[in-house]
Amino acid sequence: MSLKGRHLIDPNDFTLEELNQIFELAHKMEKNPQDYSDLCKGKILATLFYEPSTRTKFSFEAAMLRLGGSILGFADANTSSVKKGESISDTIRVMDGYSDIVVMRHPREGAPKLASNFSSVPIINGGDGGHQHPTQTLTDLFTINNLKGEIKNLRIALCGDLKYGRTVHSLIKTLARYEGMSFYLISPGQLQMPVYIKDYVKNQYNVEIIETEDLEDVINKVDVLYMTRIQRERFFNEEDYLKLKNSYILTSDKIKNAKENMMIMHPLPRVNEIDYSVDDDKRAVYFKQAKYGVYARMSLIAHLLGVN
Amino acid sequence: MLTVNSIEKGIVIDHIQSGNGLKIFERLNLAKVDFPVVLLMNVPSSVLGKKDIIKIQDKIDIDFTMLGLVDPNITINIIENSEIIEKKTVEIPQRVKGLFKCDNPRCVSNNDIYAIPQFTLVDKKKVKYKCEFCDDFTKYKL
Repeated sequence: MSLKGRHLIDPNDFTLEELNQIFELAHKMEKNPQDYSDLCKGKILATLFYEPSTRTKFSFEAAMLRLGGSILGFADANTSSVKKGESISDTIRVMDGYSDIVVMRHPREGAPKLASNFSSVPIINGGDGGHQHPTQTLTDLFTINNLKGEIKNLRIALCGDLKYGRTVHSLIKTLARYEGMSFYLISPGQLQMPVYIKDYVKNQYNVEIIETEDLEDVINKVDVLYMTRIQRERFFNEEDYLKLKNSYILTSDKIKNAKENMMIMHPLPRVNEIDYSVDDDKRAVYFKQAKYGVYARMSLIAHLLGVN
Repeated sequence: MLTVNSIEKGIVIDHIQSGNGLKIFERLNLAKVDFPVVLLMNVPSSVLGKKDIIKIQDKIDIDFTMLGLVDPNITINIIENSEIIEKKTVEIPQRVKGLFKCDNPRCVSNNDIYAIPQFTLVDKKKVKYKCEFCDDFTKYKL
């Protein structure tokens, strides 16, 4: 199935076969990057980041540069026409003429979907508010697939800010589509995963979901522990953030009795939710995960441009 | 007894639960139209006890989608030559565009004029809708 010209707004915009297609090419790109260094020559990726980003933006830029393409864009809406009050639709219709593919990050939920209504080139959702982050999900799945060999029959624990954490929203929606998955949702009561997402995965895919506030209670049962940051920028008041910011801190002590082959993942950046002492544990794969993100995005760009 | 003449041509929105007539009147923007309209409130009704009625003269092409959101018991009578030529019932719409706002303050539809709020019905009993932009649930309240 060709993905040429398609948008990626929600991780479920692609079928599992299409996701697999992306992982297969990403795998080849990882093994022999030199074979793909001219694949996007003459193509331009626009990076429209209305909200600060280091990882996603650089990961996309690295991906496009490794494919031989070029990049343009902004990393701060205050330095663009947005500051002058330009609407999303106007910005997109102009960028259409300047670039071949666009990645957009926006604090408003649904902004990339709005952009896709006005765009003739592929729009990639680079994260919209606390809603979705589908390319982080590509990264996460590619990582699990590479390190576990397949995505099947896994107990996944998602821990931290599950309310505003867009990475976990996209991840659970997508993982729930694979065979034999079950989920532990670990968060303080105030940061539980939104009902609309839990309803969706339960009704659509009939997966088992167990909610708890206690990380240590479940850590020994899981195959993947996905930690997330409590995000200061998603809170309307600082007081609530301060109350919750230290809810979960993973230390080497806490993972002593966890499974030998458990994977500790994190979309990064981390603040203090994973102690530095955990970094040397072979189960900690978050830096590998960040590296895999570049290949997943290279493959995505190539597919959407139809040059794969 | 207050008497209001029947209309020769137009629409009668009947069986409105007493108290909702004025809200519907406002939602249909009937205060701003230039054709004759009448709002009757607290009319005795054998079924409802009391009901509201709206009569609209001449105008036929009005979007009644929102009526289903207000009260699925409402009936719409289309009048021609002083006779009811069609009786319509309303139902809770499956898809709604632009009739109400998304409850999620972070949703782009609350912050961009090009993002007209659009919803799909997910729970008929609770009149709960899913936003097309942010996926969050919004319960319709009149």
